[in-house]
Amino acid sequence: MHPLPVLPSGRLEQRFSEKKPAYSAPEAVTEANRCLYCVDAPCIKACPTGIDIPNFIHKISTGNTTGAARTILKENILGASCARVCPVEVLCAGACVYNAWGREPIAIGRLQRFATETTLTSRSLETLMAPRKQPSGKTVAIIGAGPASIAAAGLLALEGHKSVIFERKLVPGGLNTLGIAPYKQSADQALQEIAWVFSLGDIELKSGVEVVAGSAGKGQVSAGTLLSDYDAVFLGLGLGPDSGLGVDGEHGEGVWGAVDLIERIKADPKLTLEHVKRALVIGGGNTALDIAHELKLLGIDDVAMVYRRSEADMSGYEHELAHARESGVRLVENRALTKLQRDASGKLISVTLSHTENGKPVVGGEEQLSAELVALAIGQATATEVVKAFAGVALDKKGRVVVDAATHRTGNDKVWSGGDCVNGGKEVVNAVQEAKIAVRDIVRALGGK
Amino acid sequence: MADLSIDFCGIKSPNPFWLASAPPANSGPQIMRAFDAGWGGAVWKTLGDPVTNVTSRFWSNDYGNTRMMGLNNIELITDRPLEVNLKEMYEVKKRYPKNTIIASLMVETKENWKEIIKRAEDTGCDGLELNFGCPHGMCERGMGSAVGQEPKVLEEITRWAMEYAKTPVIIKLTPNTGDINEPGEAAARGGAPAISLINTIKSLLGVDLDRMVPNPRVGTQSTNGGYCGPAVKPIALYMMSQLAKNPATKHMAISGIGGISNWRDAAEFIALGATSVQVCTAVMHYGYRIVEDMIEGLSDFLDSKGMKSVSELRGQAVGAYAEWGELDLNYNLKARINPDTCIGCNLCTVACMDGAHQCILIPGRTHEEHVKAGHTHIPAVIPEVPVKAAGAVGRFLPVIDDVECVGCNLCHLVCPVPGTITMQEVAGTIGHHETWNDRVAQGRDINPGAMESTLKKRGLAK
Repeated sequence: MHPLPVLPSGRLEQRFSEKKPAYSAPEAVTEANRCLYCVDAPCIKACPTGIDIPNFIHKISTGNTTGAARTILKENILGASCARVCPVEVLCAGACVYNAWGREPIAIGRLQRFATETTLTSRSLETLMAPRKQPSGKTVAIIGAGPASIAAAGLLALEGHKSVIFERKLVPGGLNTLGIAPYKQSADQALQEIAWVFSLGDIELKSGVEVVAGSAGKGQVSAGTLLSDYDAVFLGLGLGPDSGLGVDGEHGEGVWGAVDLIERIKADPKLTLEHVKRALVIGGGNTALDIAHELKLLGIDDVAMVYRRSEADMSGYEHELAHARESGVRLVENRALTKLQRDASGKLISVTLSHTENGKPVVGGEEQLSAELVALAIGQATATEVVKAFAGVALDKKGRVVVDAATHRTGNDKVWSGGDCVNGGKEVVNAVQEAKIAVRDIVRALGGK
Repeated sequence: MADLSIDFCGIKSPNPFWLASAPPANSGPQIMRAFDAGWGGAVWKTLGDPVTNVTSRFWSNDYGNTRMMGLNNIELITDRPLEVNLKEMYEVKKRYPKNTIIASLMVETKENWKEIIKRAEDTGCDGLELNFGCPHGMCERGMGSAVGQEPKVLEEITRWAMEYAKTPVIIKLTPNTGDINEPGEAAARGGAPAISLINTIKSLLGVDLDRMVPNPRVGTQSTNGGYCGPAVKPIALYMMSQLAKNPATKHMAISGIGGISNWRDAAEFIALGATSVQVCTAVMHYGYRIVEDMIEGLSDFLDSKGMKSVSELRGQAVGAYAEWGELDLNYNLKARINPDTCIGCNLCTVACMDGAHQCILIPGRTHEEHVKAGHTHIPAVIPEVPVKAAGAVGRFLPVIDDVECVGCNLCHLVCPVPGTITMQEVAGTIGHHETWNDRVAQGRDINPGAMESTLKKRGLAK
């Protein structure tokens, strides 16, 4: 197995403490005992992977922690990550019947974390999920090493199929490793989970390798080779780089794509933000909320989110906005960044914000304010170029890979796809579910059962 | 304010709340703190020849997040010198003349009984409780429940005590017996004016599965102990009310014991015939301070029912405790679910499906799905009424099929939201009383589906 990289120390991520720390066993049992053990439970229906939540919580309450982990991982092989990163407030815990009774819902995420972490630190995924299928001799090429791909590789291994993962970056895990707010999950925790999955064996990671349309050079592999040399291909491409605003002065020091900046906070020990007194985050989605919250927790005096519409129109979760505000993040509504000012050395010194109507800047009412950092969280491009190299794989108008919903098979009989490149950018738990659907169909197509 | 004072076969007490003979009543300083907190009386930890106790002594039966639903103990009678206990008893009685002090006694021979009764009464205590109940340690030495399980021995020792005692004698009974009426009647025959029950139930609380030793663990071993606490209350209520109904014993004063933790428990014991109640486990769990709620709660309850004294409550529920054969077969209840408070957990449904009579349906299912779920009778119309509680979006109120509902209460009992599932009387089902005993008397006690041999015996075979 390819050894997983160890991240250097001195990263800003390491300064964060966990927002929802791990439960001790007595804490977990006490919380588990609160669960009503509902029938036809709404939490199960709210979970994209359909984990039998009341069942695993009941098992925690009896001390059957291993069984609880098995119940979780059977439906969601990345159950440890999802326990930490899922927006449970709008999924399982949001559906908990206790909400209807005006009581605190069960801390499902923290219980899931307890069960999966406790179990996987003491025994292997393989013995937990035994028996696994006999080796089939088939190998699947997996493009990208994000959560959809890691889940697909793990599930294929349990089904007896080998896989080879081709990842452009040196660090596997995609946004689950490099894009999650550090107070929810550290890159190290994400890599630990990948190590658990890879311990199943039959998974090869080729990192620093790019998939290209034409002939492959050094550090590249061609789509044609993948199609001809492997029994199936799974595209878990994720999304592309952060989108830009298209305004003057945008390119240069002090202006970051939000996803890029989060990655640096998590993985780059050289990043320093000590000179930043005011940071502006442009956008109203969850990435904007995450980076704003992170910057505030890193000690920046003034962190403001600038959103071109009103709070009610924001796509970010209400609970995340509330948490960010508790930490001191400000929200500036109905404003757009229309200009940036730099000094002679090119250093960002200030920005111009304009009033907006219906999300569009209007003339008059511009204001200029000093800022040393701007993070753009207005979306990510899609990774369209690579896709075109796989004959028959189609993209929709938004640049998302088109699949059959029931199988996640693309227009090419040998190619399946899942995760952000298909859904346009959702949660880790959605990526896992899509990988599950795809693997079920790949297994069928490869002649297994 | 209702009068909480009682007259327990001549023993006056400011209220019916007494500490049971147990660790909370182990010493004078403890009992004085209890009296300061408001306890009306205390039954001193059993006196006799002092024992040696072991470490450890107690273990708990927890249920979910509730600690000590039941408590098991292997502690024996007092391990303090008799002289020390008697001296403290004298001191406490002198300083708290209005509070009740009962000396609990357990010795072997007639001479022993004579001596200890004399020495106990010399302290000025108000009465004696003969411990014929302890089911561990002492019974193996021929005392405690060994006496309570042998009506003849019990009767004889009771006679000795009645002969020697100047103060009222209470016989403390063990529940570890086939029929509580037998020791109860023996106590009455022996001439005792009062009984107290139940003592603890013989028990083995659980097993430490790593060490393969039961709990509580004493080194590499354990032993059976006496079980008490809220879990035993129903057993105590049953046994006590048997004797409150028994014509041979109902004249005796009863001190009710077993899982009493609050005023409501106490009121239930009193309603089933107790004059005083004794408390141990709840004090071991929460301390003497719980008596404040007991006094206040019982007093307010009596006021709310227009009762002027606790004696008006005594025995009020005994008459309604009937034999099964006297129950009305025509009485009929149906479950009703409140759409305003139902949270859609469906616990009622699974309880009814797997534990009762398959009469609660989940709306929105097809006929086939209902059949697959296990329903044998499917109503023509299964209304889809949305659960109204905020946050319960998209859930439907479970539907009671009145045709199948037998009114068993199970759904009402499992529902986590109090008051959401109620049991409604079917109009007109009170007043057409018909009991099984009536049917037996009329020869109509053969139901459809009876065995051939039964029909033959009754001359009803074809």
